Amino acid sequence: MESIEGTSVLLRDAVSLVNGFPLLSGVDVELHSSSLTVLVGANGAGKTSLLRLLAGLIGLSSGEGSVLGMDLATIDRRQLRRRVGWLGHEGSFYDDLTVAENLTFAAKALDRPVDELTTVLDRVDLIGRRDTVAKQLSAGQRRRLGLAWLLLRRPELWLLDEPYASLDDEGRTFFDALLGEVLERGATVVVSAHDPLRSAQLRPRTVLMAGGRIVGET
Amino acid sequence: MIRVALLVAGKDLRVERRSRVLLWQVVPFGVMALLLCGLALGSARAGHSSAAPGLFYLVVILVAILMINRSHAIEATPGTRASVATLGLDPAGVFLGKAAALAVELWLTAVVLLAGAVLVLHTSLHGTLVAVPSILVTLGAIAGAGTLYGALTSGGNAAATLLPVLSLPAFAPLLIAGERSFYSALHGGALLEWWVISLVALAVYLALGILLYGVLEES
Repeated sequence: MESIEGTSVLLRDAVSLVNGFPLLSGVDVELHSSSLTVLVGANGAGKTSLLRLLAGLIGLSSGEGSVLGMDLATIDRRQLRRRVGWLGHEGSFYDDLTVAENLTFAAKALDRPVDELTTVLDRVDLIGRRDTVAKQLSAGQRRRLGLAWLLLRRPELWLLDEPYASLDDEGRTFFDALLGEVLERGATVVVSAHDPLRSAQLRPRTVLMAGGRIVGET
Repeated sequence: MIRVALLVAGKDLRVERRSRVLLWQVVPFGVMALLLCGLALGSARAGHSSAAPGLFYLVVILVAILMINRSHAIEATPGTRASVATLGLDPAGVFLGKAAALAVELWLTAVVLLAGAVLVLHTSLHGTLVAVPSILVTLGAIAGAGTLYGALTSGGNAAATLLPVLSLPAFAPLLIAGERSFYSALHGGALLEWWVISLVALAVYLALGILLYGVLEES
């Protein structure tokens, strides 16, 4: 599938089957670079599955798809994965490692300089927690650690699975501010959520999902 | 590949050191299993039994199954699995790293179990020390095979029960080679030949892991 300039994601009738079960059953969507898209829908609507397809974690069974200029039908999915960042609501790191150890692992895995750690920890306000074991962090701090992991990686496509779950108002405000910075830097962000985003500043595009397909948008 | 292997091995060992599952759960389980073996033989026969090498390896394999499950449980939560997958690590390096960490854990456990074998099953200290090189290689092969089978079963709903069913047949030849070389070290025999068989098994499992780990992970 040919990619279109300025488009990060392009799916046409995308179907993903896992063990014969259709997780996505014909998704049509186009996401522009430096845009924020919120996938909204009930449990089982296909939000996480769509994020997983865009991350190269599940395959495209039929239809057409292009992510960051790479054809989903033909690419080695590991190449795509290195260019996307994933943040799950249940934690996206090693619980028995400290904050600093988690980030050092991610930095070394990607050949990134470890000395960026302090800057990133400062940005997510975890500098005082660098030697705290991840499982001892609060829900909000765990989310910040996940964000620090992504900031260190600097992916082109941010895929955030229900990042607002169990965050208080302060946490949501912090999260929105950081997403704003990420968008300004040119990354594309896709967020799954149960409800539309409250932030007016970010002006997200809201896409409604049901039954493994997109059924509307605002 | 080596860079990734060192990174993954260091991470797995650091996680193990912090969680202390090896120290407080796996090693005590192995010691208790060895004690039960001594009790099952009876005090009169334990001191004269030629079954000590086999019992040692049987306990090692039980312990190894616990460790393999543990090794793959580190990345078991869907968020961690997805996040680590997006790092795009070389699967051959991941395999070597996980196998190396598992081998180190098995070697450390074996030190305790060998001491237990000397004390409980009355194996000769000299013969036990002579057997150490072959034990190191056999445990390395068990770590390689175990890491491969761990990848095959991890992520499934019944990973904890499926792993022994699939891996025990693969461990059987390693148990035989290990037992024979340990027995030869204690009582005389073809130590070198059995040691070489373990060495070949180690090379085969490492080669298979390097080639197949990525495929197993994806599946």
